[in-house]
Amino acid sequence: MEKFTTLISTCVPLPYEDIDTDQIIPARFLKATTREGFGDKLFCDWRYDETGKPDPDFVLNQDKYKGSILVAGKNFGCGSSREHAAWAIHDFGFKVVISSFFADIFKNNALNNGLLPVQVTESFLNNIFSILDDDHEAQIKVDLENEEVTLMESNLTENFEINPYKKLCLQKGYDDIDFLLSKLEQVEAFEFSLMKV
Amino acid sequence: MAGKTLFDKIWDKHVVHEVENGPQVLYIDRHFIHEVTSPQAFDGLRKRGIGVFRPAQTVATADHNVPTENQHLPIKDELSRRQVEALISNCKEFGVELYGLGHPWQGIVHVIGPELGITQPGMTIVCGDSHTSTHGAFGSIAFGIGTSEVEQVFATQCVLQKKPKRLKIDINGELKKGVVSKDIILYIISQLTTGGCTGYFVEFTGSTIKSLSMEARMTICNMSIEMGARGGLIAPDETTFEYLRGREFAPKGEEWDKKVAEWQQLKTDEDAAFDKEYHFSAEDIEPMITYGTNPGMGIGIAQNIPMTSNGHTDPALRKALEYMDLKGGTQLLGKKIDYVFIGSCTNSRIEDLRMVADLVKGKRKADHVHAMIIPGSKQVEQQARREGLDKILESAGFELRQPGCSACLGMNEDRVPKGKYCVSTSNRNFEGRQGPGARTMLASPLTAAAAALNGYITDVREMIN
Repeated sequence: MEKFTTLISTCVPLPYEDIDTDQIIPARFLKATTREGFGDKLFCDWRYDETGKPDPDFVLNQDKYKGSILVAGKNFGCGSSREHAAWAIHDFGFKVVISSFFADIFKNNALNNGLLPVQVTESFLNNIFSILDDDHEAQIKVDLENEEVTLMESNLTENFEINPYKKLCLQKGYDDIDFLLSKLEQVEAFEFSLMKV
Repeated sequence: MAGKTLFDKIWDKHVVHEVENGPQVLYIDRHFIHEVTSPQAFDGLRKRGIGVFRPAQTVATADHNVPTENQHLPIKDELSRRQVEALISNCKEFGVELYGLGHPWQGIVHVIGPELGITQPGMTIVCGDSHTSTHGAFGSIAFGIGTSEVEQVFATQCVLQKKPKRLKIDINGELKKGVVSKDIILYIISQLTTGGCTGYFVEFTGSTIKSLSMEARMTICNMSIEMGARGGLIAPDETTFEYLRGREFAPKGEEWDKKVAEWQQLKTDEDAAFDKEYHFSAEDIEPMITYGTNPGMGIGIAQNIPMTSNGHTDPALRKALEYMDLKGGTQLLGKKIDYVFIGSCTNSRIEDLRMVADLVKGKRKADHVHAMIIPGSKQVEQQARREGLDKILESAGFELRQPGCSACLGMNEDRVPKGKYCVSTSNRNFEGRQGPGARTMLASPLTAAAAALNGYITDVREMIN
């Protein structure tokens, strides 16, 4: 897994609530057997019309918004457990998603792929949206070590929470399977204790 | 010492290791897999040069992208075929039992687990599918996971998880005429919203829940994820044991008696505390239908579509109504519909098919409606035929097809065209879920069947005595 420390980037705003994983990557694109290449289909039904032509009103098709940070309304990633949603966002080039609330499974999937979900307060999120409305070039700094997210121009900062274990995984680029494999003896002992009951 | 909830009892018993300031290593009793979310996990094992740690605790089926016609023929869609073939070769390579196309036990993963008796009380169960919560109806901890987590379970039979908080949803009283379990859960989600239970694991309690069959309980637990909950469970009781007795993989003989004695202990202690509780009355629930683009946007069938959300004209509501081409303040009753889909892991069990057959017997669907019934499994399909339901449904103009997830998510060719309205017994009405531009209205099998008969949204209570 890719390491994550600090990121300073412009942002792409998606100010809608309850963006579900079917919007992030529609089910008909889940037929691949690899993890790569989903970025092309990210938000496909919002991004393209039925003939495959990009919709100029959709934010990912607008040159004025670029960057590695996606900013979305609350309850981002609800619905299906498809990890393809996290793969698509990461494959497109995002490293961070900021929202005021994330669905549980999506949050786990993101963290397992080096995509950092940053949960901020509703008011901080609204601040970001209104600043991005006025200034497309506005930058945000995400500092994992200090668990801080900062709006660079206005210097508005907020702390975000991340589980210390997950933080370490991201900083070092470790993944959970390596960790779990190191516990296999304990797993076997656990199974043995169940058998005795 | 304060008592424990059922959720705590099962969870704590399965913790192998606790990471300091981190998640817990949770042991998994049963792992279900399917063709869509497993190939990348199998690839991961190959890259690491390891096998499936406990293949005997893993069961596979093909359900998400399979066709629901001519399943004996090769799958026409090349990508779907390749994905199903990958499942077959992966299961062979890693020694995992597969109930694939053509197998008498094939079906939707959340239908076959329970009907084969693989799902049992007190277990931890995972699957790379969010509706794994279905299995909680048996008093087990069951939840959906991502593909990286599927790989964790393959490699170690464990998954790293943060323990969710406890939530009790208590429903008491008698259901009114025409109201079934799908209405209960759609009502609860409409009250608690689509993200209202995120971070929690739900226990459903109360006299209404106790009175439900296993099929009906599965419908409720199935949709716990639609309010954001990690899962939902119901304490096992005689109804649970009766359902499981004699099933293929259920314990037999002395082992059965021993297990039932164990399962009878699986309940929340009277003095146990939940982090949050909600209480509902069954009498308040009407037949439900959704008008919007998430499962929380539901109303009683005779109510008006809301004008505002939380006192404001909410942009999310506006966007949803625009997509659905519906107006706030109007009724859905009488609204012309184009498709009816009866199926999915929410409502495709024998009881659902019986409910539909009972309502449509001797009647005929409206000419303009395309009505599809997709049984949840081969066993459901066979039983429907044995009971003669196929004849009743077919003569009413409903097409009884072969098992799979089908138009719930439109991965195969079963899709609803752009702009068309579909009354669906599935679990998600997200934009484009049943096909690009499709407009989904979630409802119970009764309400869906009533809409098929009349060709418009109908209050099923007017059709039954």
